[in-house]
Amino acid sequence: MIDLTIIWAFIIAFAVSAYVVMDGFDLGIGILFPRFKVGRERDMAMNSIAPVWDGNETWLVMGGGGLLAAFPLAYAIVLPALYAPLIAMLLGLVFRGVAFEFRWRDPAHRHFWDVSFCAGSIIAALSQGIVLGALLQGIAVEGRAYAGGWWDWLTPFSLATGASVVVGYALLGASWLIWKTDGPLHEQARRMARPLLLGLLLAIALVSAWTPFLEAQYYRRWFEWPGVLAAAQMPLMVTVVAIFTWRAIGKGRDWLPFLLALALFGLTMIGLGISIWPDVVPGAVTIWEAAAPERSQVFMLIGAGILIPIILAYTVWAYWVFRGKIDEAGYH
Amino acid sequence: MFESFDALLLARLQFAFTVSFHFIFPAFSIGLASFLMVLEALWLKTGKGVYANLYRYWLKIFAITFAMGVVSGIVMSYQFGTNWSVFSDKAGPVIGPLMAYEVLTAFFLEAGFLGVMLFGINKVGRKLHFAATCMVALGTFISAFWILSVNSWMQTPTGFEMGANGQFLPGPSWWAIVFNPSFPYRLVHTVIAAYLTTAFVVGAVGAWHLLRDRANPGARKMFSMAMWMAAIVAPIQIFVGDLHGLNTLEHQPAKVMAMEGHYQSHPDGAPLILFGIPNSAERRVDYAVEIPKASSLILKHDPDAPLDGLDTIAEEDRPPVGIVFWAFRIMVAMGLAMLGLGLWSLAARVRRRLYDWTCLHRAAVVMGPSGFVAVLAGWITTEVGRQPWTIYGLLRTAESAAPLDAPAVAASLIAFIIVYFAVFGAGTLYILKLMAKPPEPHEDPVPVHGPVRTAGITPAPAIDGGDQ
Ligand code: HDD
Ligand code: HEM
Ligand code: HEM
Repeated sequence: MIDLTIIWAFIIAFAVSAYVVMDGFDLGIGILFPRFKVGRERDMAMNSIAPVWDGNETWLVMGGGGLLAAFPLAYAIVLPALYAPLIAMLLGLVFRGVAFEFRWRDPAHRHFWDVSFCAGSIIAALSQGIVLGALLQGIAVEGRAYAGGWWDWLTPFSLATGASVVVGYALLGASWLIWKTDGPLHEQARRMARPLLLGLLLAIALVSAWTPFLEAQYYRRWFEWPGVLAAAQMPLMVTVVAIFTWRAIGKGRDWLPFLLALALFGLTMIGLGISIWPDVVPGAVTIWEAAAPERSQVFMLIGAGILIPIILAYTVWAYWVFRGKIDEAGYH
Repeated sequence: MFESFDALLLARLQFAFTVSFHFIFPAFSIGLASFLMVLEALWLKTGKGVYANLYRYWLKIFAITFAMGVVSGIVMSYQFGTNWSVFSDKAGPVIGPLMAYEVLTAFFLEAGFLGVMLFGINKVGRKLHFAATCMVALGTFISAFWILSVNSWMQTPTGFEMGANGQFLPGPSWWAIVFNPSFPYRLVHTVIAAYLTTAFVVGAVGAWHLLRDRANPGARKMFSMAMWMAAIVAPIQIFVGDLHGLNTLEHQPAKVMAMEGHYQSHPDGAPLILFGIPNSAERRVDYAVEIPKASSLILKHDPDAPLDGLDTIAEEDRPPVGIVFWAFRIMVAMGLAMLGLGLWSLAARVRRRLYDWTCLHRAAVVMGPSGFVAVLAGWITTEVGRQPWTIYGLLRTAESAAPLDAPAVAASLIAFIIVYFAVFGAGTLYILKLMAKPPEPHEDPVPVHGPVRTAGITPAPAIDGGDQ
C-alpha cells in the first residue's frame, strides 16, 4: 500500500522548493536593484522578470494552500507561531508586487517605487529565512495549538538563516541576469556573482554547523550511523557544485551559472529534508499526525496528478515565449 | 478572558478589512477580464480598430487592478492560518482541498497566461494571444467558483462527518461539499455582481469622455456596451438576488430576520420594512416605514403567512441586526438604481439619443462606483448575517480564532491599514489617471510604458480608429 501522506509531503516539499528557486531569483533582482544604474539597466532588470513573477509567486500560494489542505494541523500550528515574520513577508510582497506596475505609471515617483521594490524584496527574503530558522529551532506546541509567545521566533539562529536566504536569493538573481542580459548589466552581474557565491557558501557552512546542535534529532541524523553515510555526501557535493559555479561565473555559457546556483539550492533543500524528516513541525508533529484524512488526500491527489504536469507545461511555455536575451527594447 | 476577546475582535476587524480590500479588485478584474476577452474577440472577428484600441486602453487598467488583486489575495490565503488557526485545523480537511483546487485550476492559469497577455502581443500570434486572454478570463471565473464554494460551505455546511478529534471530515461525496445548498445562488449572484461592477465602471468612463467629446468613437463604443450590460443584467441580478434570499430563508433564517429587521414574530403576515432604525436594545425598528404583509408576500408568496422573528432564536445565536439591515438596504438600493439607469439608457437608445443625453451621461458617471458599493454591502450582509458562527450552526467565531496575543494582532492590523491605504490608494489614483485620458485612436500597444518593443505582430497596423 502506498502511503499517501508521504506523497503529499513530497508534493508540498516540491511546491516550496519550486517557490524558493523561482521567486528566489526575482526577489534576488529586487535585492540587488539599487546596485543597478537608474534608467536603462534597472528597466532591463525589471523587464527580465515582469512577465513571470506572478507565476513564480503562485507557488507560494500553492505551498501555503497545500499545507492547509494536506496537513491542516501543521498549518494551524506554524502560522500563528510565525505570525510576525509572515505578516512582514506578506507586506513586503505587497510593496514589491505593485512596484512592477506602479514604477512605469508614475515616472515622478519612480524612485519611491524602486525603493519599495528593493525593500519589499529584502523584507520578504529575510522573513522567509527567519521562518526557516524559527521552524528548525523548534516551536512550542501544546495539544493542537501553538503555545509560545509572539517573539519566540527571534533568535540569533533565525537571524542567521534570514541573512543566508537574502544572500542566496541575490546570487540567484545575479546569475539570472547573467543569463538574460547583455552588455554592461551582464558584466555587472558577473562581477557581483562571485562575492555572493562566497557569501552563500559561508552561510551554508554556518547554518549547517549550527543546526545539528539545535535538536538531538538533527545531531543523530547527521553524525550517527547510518545517517552519516548519506549525510557525509552533502558537504562534498556542495563543494563540487560550488567550484563549478565559481568557474562558470568567470567565463563560459551564460545560462550555466544560473543552473548551478539552482543546483546549490537544491542541495541545501535536500539537506534540510534530511534534518527534519519525517516531521512537518520539526521536533513536534510528524507528517502522519498532521495529515488530512485519506478522502481529502485522494481527492486532491487526482487533481494534483492531472494538473501539476499541465501547469508545468504552460509555465515552461510562458518562459519559452520570453526566451532569449532582453535588450533595452525589451525581448528580442 | 478580556484579553482573548480583544484579540478576537481585532482578528475579525483585520479579516474584514483585508478581505474587503481584496474583493474590490476581483469584483473588477473578473468582469474586466471577460470584457477584454469580448473586445479582443470582436477585434479578431471584425478587424475594426476601435476594438483593438479599447482592448489596449482597458488592458493597462486591468494590469494594475490585477497586480493589486494578486498581492492582496496572497495575504488572504495566509490569514486563515495566522488569525483563524483553530478554524483552519478543524475545517482544513474539507475546505483545504477546495482552496488547493483553486490554486491548481485558477491561480496558476491566471498567472501563467497573464505575462503573455500583457507583454506577449509582439511575441505570439494573434490567435495565441487571444487564447491567453481567454485563459486569464477563465482563470478569474474558476477562482470565483472555488472560493465561493468554500464560503458557501461555511454558510450552509453539508456532506461532512465529525471526526473524533473535533475536525470536520469530508463525507463520502465531494459533490455534496462543493455543491452545497447556497453555492449555486452565491456563485451566480457574485459573478453577475462582478460583471455589473465592471459595466458601471466602463459606462462611467465612457460617459465621462462623451461629456467632453461626443464624437469619440472609443467612448461611444464602451458606453454603449456598458449600457447594454446594465439594461440586460441588472434585472437578472435582482431576480437572482430574490432567489438567493429565499434560499437563505430556508437555510439561515436568522440572517433574513436581521436583514428584514424582524425582531418579533408575525403570526399573520409580516410587514416589509423599507426604512427605519433598528433598535436592538428595545427589540424594535424605530421610525419604521413599512408595507403591511409585503414581507410575507415576498418570502412566502402569501400575504398572511406567518413569519418567525428573532425572538425565536436563542439570544447567543442572533446576528447583529443594525449592520445587516443597513448593508442589505444599500445593496438593494444600488440594484434598483442600476436597473433605473439601464432602463433610461434603453429609452435613450430607442430615441437614438444614447450619445446625446448629457443627463444620462452625468448619471452614469455618478453610478460608476455603484458596483463596488453594492458588492461590499452584499458581502457584509452575508458575512455579518452569518455571525456568531464561522461554520454556520457548528463552529462559533469566538472558537475559531488563533491563540494570539492582542498586541500582535493590533500591530499587524495597523500595519495593514497603513500599507493598504497607501499602496492601494496610489494604485487607485493611477487607475483614475488612466481613465481620465480619453481612448485615443492609437493607444499604446503595450500596457506597460516600459521599454518593451513595439514592432512585430501588433494590432497597430490594423487600426484606423475612425469607424465606430
Ligand atoms: C469571487 C471572487 C473572489 C473571492 C470571494 C476571493 N477572491 Fe481571491 N482572487 C480572485 C477572486 C476572488 C481573482 C479574480 O481570481 C483574483 C483577483 C485578481 C487576481 O489576480 O485573481 C484573486 C487573487 C487571489 C490570490 C492571488 C492569486 C495569484 O497569485 O495569482 C489569492 C492567494 C487569493 N485571491 C486568495 C483568496 C482568499 C483566501 C479569499 C477569501 C478569503 C479570496 N481570495 C476571496
Ligand atoms: C470577498 C468578499 C468578502 C467580504 C467582503 C467579506 C466580508 C467579511 C466581513 C465584513 C467579515 C466580518 C464579520 C464580522 O466579524 O462581524 C468577515 C468575516 C469572515 N469571513 Fe468573509 N467576506 C468575504 C469573503 C469571504 C470568503 C470567500 C470567505 C471564506 C473563504 C470568508 C470567510 C470569513 C471568515 C473566516 C471570517 C472571520 C470570522 C468572522 O468574523 O466571521 N469571507 N468577512
Ligand atoms: C435589488 C436586488 C438585490 C437583491 C434582492 C439581492 C439579494 C441578496 C441577498 C439576499 C444576499 C445575501 C445572501 C446570503 O447571505 O445568504 C445577497 C448577497 C450579495 N449581493 Fe445581492 N441582491 C441584490 C442586488 C445586488 C447587486 C446589484 C449587487 C452587486 C452589483 C449584489 C451583490 C451581492 C454580493 C457580492 C453578495 C454577497 C455574496 C452572496 O452571498 O451572494 N447584490 N444579495
